[in-house]
Amino acid sequence: MKNKSLVSIHDYSKTDYLRIMDLAEEFERNPRNYGNLLTGKVVATLFFEPSTRTRLSFESAVQRLGGRIIGFADSSSSSVSKGETLKDTIKTVSQYSDLIVMRHPIEGSARWASEVSDVPIVNAGDGANQHPTQCLLDLYTMKQTQGKLDNLIITMVGDLKYGRTVHSLIQAMSYFSPSFHFVSPEELKMPNEYKMFLKEKKIPFKEHHDLSEVLKISDIIYVTRVQRERFSDPIEYEKVKNAFVLKNSMLEDTKPGLKILHPLPRVNEINEDVDTNKKAYYFRQALNGVYTRMAIISSILGLK
Amino acid sequence: MEKKNLKELKVSAIKEGTVIDHIPARSLFKVISILELQKMETQITIGYNFESKKLGQKGIIKISDKFLSQKDLNKIALFAPEAKINIIRNYKVIEKNVVQVPDSIEGIVKCMNPKCITNNEDVKTKFTVIEKKNVTLKCKYCEKITDQEHFEMK
Repeated sequence: MKNKSLVSIHDYSKTDYLRIMDLAEEFERNPRNYGNLLTGKVVATLFFEPSTRTRLSFESAVQRLGGRIIGFADSSSSSVSKGETLKDTIKTVSQYSDLIVMRHPIEGSARWASEVSDVPIVNAGDGANQHPTQCLLDLYTMKQTQGKLDNLIITMVGDLKYGRTVHSLIQAMSYFSPSFHFVSPEELKMPNEYKMFLKEKKIPFKEHHDLSEVLKISDIIYVTRVQRERFSDPIEYEKVKNAFVLKNSMLEDTKPGLKILHPLPRVNEINEDVDTNKKAYYFRQALNGVYTRMAIISSILGLK
Repeated sequence: MEKKNLKELKVSAIKEGTVIDHIPARSLFKVISILELQKMETQITIGYNFESKKLGQKGIIKISDKFLSQKDLNKIALFAPEAKINIIRNYKVIEKNVVQVPDSIEGIVKCMNPKCITNNEDVKTKFTVIEKKNVTLKCKYCEKITDQEHFEMK
């Protein structure tokens, strides 16, 4: 890690990914050993836009390691509402804390913050750009469920055009010889630049319009939410909103080791009857987010 | 020979300095601004809308008594990739150079992503040049691509 901040998934190498995953596994196995690792450390969680799930996951990670937390959950309760620049907010809070976790609606804000901050920045989402801790927790979850990361068959479903998690995941998984299947409405297809990336890396992928075609061959099904606001024409949304709903009955005859992942929040793209199926893994994936964030924070602070 | 003399007469010769030729006419004023010629105190001659076989219409800039560094000159490569740089000493061209697109660019152009931090706060743009022929830039902040067709001055 050249720069201690984690702004983009590209800041980490394959070695870094593996190290973070090993560390997350250690925290998961022996949580009692690390309750005081962050004693005396203050972590700031600055959420310039609300994201309750991500914020609580980070705060749980810090608390489990014995650290303290300062911050805000949305910018209306901060000096941003008085017109303070991001630069000044970050510079000031970096005097109060040992590490800053930030979420901001503007793309590139986290990189800018890492340039002006006196302490490391962990990007918890900068607009549609990057959300690297989500990507690392997805890698950890895949490794945990499959016992390996190499040669997995991964099916991505839903909004593949705007979904930043699927884009980061493609790039991070490119080190581990995967094959991909992409299932999405025509309007939300995987953008060309990522398909070009896969071609350059000689990673096989196939596009589909029907989920049932690929369920039986997949090791991982990664489902994302199709958001109404992505469609210029509401009729188009109505046409496709139910086209990719995963139901429990569809999981018959799938591989025994198949796991279904979702970055959450879910709306209706995974039917609730799937939740009790052993192949559903999305809530466990959320727990893995805590272990992965514990690993990232303690690694950046040089404590592990 | 006579023809050459006529051509030279369009813009007076300089004794010492830098001549930047083959600037596309539409980019001339951008080049002037990038090089911050308005801040220079030496004599500068600017030619605009000259005929050019290669470019249709071109611009030319003659800066007396100044020898700009290749690094500074490379900044204009985004807008005038075919520009020729002549170094003049005692009325003679003693060195001819071309501009080269640098590996990274700071300032000069805007990121075309309206949601980028550089378009929302007072942040200088920084790009990695990922393609030099049809110049393509990747923003170091929002990681989005800005291509040649969308270059706009910052």
